[in-house]
Amino acid sequence: MIYVAFFAGAIGAVGGAIAVIAMRNPFYSVLALVIHLVALAGLFLLLYAQFIAAAQIVVYAGAVMVLYVFVAAYVGAVEEPLWEPIPGQRFLAPMLAAALLVELAIAILGTGLSAIDSGGPTLPGGFGTPNQIGHLLLEQFLVVFEAASMLLLVAAVGAVTLAARSRKRDEPDRARETPA
Amino acid sequence: MTVTWYVVLSAVLFAIGAGGVLIRRSPLVILLCLELMLNAGNLALVAFSRAHGNAEGQVFALIVMVVAACEVVVGLGLIVAMYRRRLTLNVDDMRSLKG
Amino acid sequence: MSPTAWGWLVLGFPLAGFLVNAFGWRVMRGRTAGWIATIAIGLAFVCAIGATVSLLGHSESDREVTSSLWTYASAAGLDIKIGILVDPLSAFMILVVSGVSTLIHLYSVAYLDSDRGYSRYFAYLNFFVFSMLLLVLAGNFVLLIMGWAFVGFASYALISFWYRRETATKAGMKAFVINVIGDVGLVLATFFIFRELGSFDYLTVFREVPQHFSTNSGVLIAICLLLLVGAFAKSAQLPLHTWLPDAMEGPTPVSALIHAATMVTAGVYLIARMYVLFEQAPTAADISAFIGLATLIFAATCALAVTDLKRIIAYSTISQIGYMIVGVSIGAYAAGMFQLMTHAFFKALLFMAAGSVISAMAGTQDINRMGGLRKAMPITSKLMIIGALALAAFPFMSGFFSKDEILGYAIHRGGFYVIFAIGGYFAALLTAFYAFRIIFRVFWGKPVPEAQELEHGHLAHAPPENPLTGEEEDTDVGFPGEEHHIAERDRPMWLAMSVLGFLSIFGGVVEIPGLDNVVENFLAGSFLDSKLYENLPTVAADWGGLALGGLISIVGISLAYFAYVRRPGTTAALIRRFGPLYKLFVNKWYFDELYDAVIYRPLLAVGRFCNDVVERVVVQGIVAAAVDVVRGVGVVVRGAQSGFVRAYALLLIGGFAALGLYFLIAAH
Repeated sequence: MIYVAFFAGAIGAVGGAIAVIAMRNPFYSVLALVIHLVALAGLFLLLYAQFIAAAQIVVYAGAVMVLYVFVAAYVGAVEEPLWEPIPGQRFLAPMLAAALLVELAIAILGTGLSAIDSGGPTLPGGFGTPNQIGHLLLEQFLVVFEAASMLLLVAAVGAVTLAARSRKRDEPDRARETPA
Repeated sequence: MTVTWYVVLSAVLFAIGAGGVLIRRSPLVILLCLELMLNAGNLALVAFSRAHGNAEGQVFALIVMVVAACEVVVGLGLIVAMYRRRLTLNVDDMRSLKG
Repeated sequence: MSPTAWGWLVLGFPLAGFLVNAFGWRVMRGRTAGWIATIAIGLAFVCAIGATVSLLGHSESDREVTSSLWTYASAAGLDIKIGILVDPLSAFMILVVSGVSTLIHLYSVAYLDSDRGYSRYFAYLNFFVFSMLLLVLAGNFVLLIMGWAFVGFASYALISFWYRRETATKAGMKAFVINVIGDVGLVLATFFIFRELGSFDYLTVFREVPQHFSTNSGVLIAICLLLLVGAFAKSAQLPLHTWLPDAMEGPTPVSALIHAATMVTAGVYLIARMYVLFEQAPTAADISAFIGLATLIFAATCALAVTDLKRIIAYSTISQIGYMIVGVSIGAYAAGMFQLMTHAFFKALLFMAAGSVISAMAGTQDINRMGGLRKAMPITSKLMIIGALALAAFPFMSGFFSKDEILGYAIHRGGFYVIFAIGGYFAALLTAFYAFRIIFRVFWGKPVPEAQELEHGHLAHAPPENPLTGEEEDTDVGFPGEEHHIAERDRPMWLAMSVLGFLSIFGGVVEIPGLDNVVENFLAGSFLDSKLYENLPTVAADWGGLALGGLISIVGISLAYFAYVRRPGTTAALIRRFGPLYKLFVNKWYFDELYDAVIYRPLLAVGRFCNDVVERVVVQGIVAAAVDVVRGVGVVVRGAQSGFVRAYALLLIGGFAALGLYFLIAAH
């Protein structure tokens, strides 16, 4: 039973990932990523990370991806030209990615890490519940928690600054045809 | 079902994300592939957390999510700004770093 | 005052004169610089007399007085002091040097008037005298080398005094280069002495040499030969003599001072001073004597043929110094130094008179263009005849007593030393001949146009030109002034020449065999440890030698009279008959050409090769190649800066993959 769940999640994740990089239309890529994220949430559930799974769906797939959708709609479709200006990139990129995969696989499979060889220890009850995560965040990792909130603040301010319409410098949206 | 499976899956997803960053030319899609890589890392974290029986890994994954969100916000803000200034949304055309 | 206090004053006055003239030249008008310089040297002469008198106050065996001002270097086993040694030898030398220098300064005051470089001349001249006195008074080898080098520089400065004349500057460079060769010999000798004996101080070294070295030990012979290199370069002996005839490019008083009376005698002084070393290595002394002999004959033959007045006298100097070298090398120290003194007198006189003659001839130096100047220049001609008589060793002149004493000593020593006497007498015949060749050629015969003008009371003038090459000049700075001064008209000149004339006649009185031996007795205080000093011929043998010399000189003079006055065509006929021999003599035995071919051209070729091949190809090539390598690397690296973000990302991931690969392999 667990295998079925695992493979469903895995295929969903991998399929979504490949779809992200393969789709021409960025809108479709965004949607593929949403599927990927949901699949991952399922996998998280299998790993007894309930809270993380929930956060994944609500925050990541819910908020971040919606943001992506908005921007994709705003920006529209981008025509990616066929010709590759960087010599060798088209050939080297998949090769390097594959090399990376192979190395990581060898590292993981050939390693003597005993911990991942097993299914894992028997977990105490309440492992991965919001209760436990909450306790950890506010007791052990308080500084981290606060730092993360600072980071969010900075990001929000940055976003507003970046996307703000400057009064004089910006041309009207349809003024120029040629890209700068 | 050992934890190894999850970690190998995370490696696969990471490699796919890396390949995507190198292949695609639209900044939007590149950011998406970046998300892929981050999530792969998250998966690995949670898997190890399960392997050790220690929930700290999950807290780590949560924070990673927060960071990813911030990064997405800034990145998309950049893309919007680029679009507003009529710049082409093609990473290859931004070559000021040449030389 | 102690002798050394006088000694320091002797050094101080010329130095002060030099500094005053060197720094104050702008404010001096007219002849002020000349008088300042002359008075400075005159005071030095007075102090030299003071030093001598004070030295005589010491007992005979205690006449080596040293004094040092400060320690120049005292580290790593070296202990060099700025110290002088006043002993009879150096007192004798400073008397001669300062005395003759005073007279020459006096002469120059008038001779160089109207030259634009008047003050510079006297500054150089004073510096030269200072250096020469330093050389002579030095109490250790380091100060000797200092004086030696300064004298070489002063000689260069004065030879190329008329620096806009190319022949003069070339001659100056030639003199300096040959001088440096001598310097190298001297410095190497000093180094070896220091290495063997551990000291630079004269008295210490002279004490240690007989104990440290066996007779004719190889190292000592090497040291002596190196010293000889230095001596021969300075004294213009074979084979380092080529600079002296060319040095006649300098003003005539310079020739008188440096190249007759003082600098060229430095070599003789050196050998006499180092007598302890030479007596311990007789082989080296014999080599020195043979070279001296060869030189004196060679130079006498050249003087027979050369036609430039000053150059004839220059070859005569080389020849006479050959006599002195023979003298001090075979052990006749007193005779050699006596000859040095009398030679200073009559040679300086000859040069001064030659200067007067050249002025009368409006700058010409070729004796074939001179003639019949006797009536127009009474003073000059009489004084020059006196000088020539002394040179020819005419009986009872000063040269007679000095030269023939050396030859008498050579005969007395017997064995193979008789060769020196035979050679010396032969050259004496030649000397008498060429001395009067000058006299009869210049003063007898039909008066040339310049002489006729002078008889009518006005000095001949000609457009300024180089006496050697005939090219045109002007009279501005760096060239001779437009005025010509002759002894008949300028009091300083005839005053100086008269004093020297008197000394040339009566200078020999101090060393008449059997009557008095002033020089010999005085100098004995310096040669206390010599084995040869006391080995003197008897009075009768001395007079025998003197008689032979006098006879030869009269024969020589008569031959010259016959050839130049009685039958004027004789020399032309001789030249035709002995054509090749004459060519050899006139071209100075082709020494200059030999050096040019053997040394100068090969070195030039080596230099050119080094420049073209080593410098341009190898050195520049290596540098350029290094630059190209760096530039190439830069080009390659620049290729990676494409500006494409994806390329950078590729490199990033590629690097990460490589790193991972490395760690994977390392883990196995």
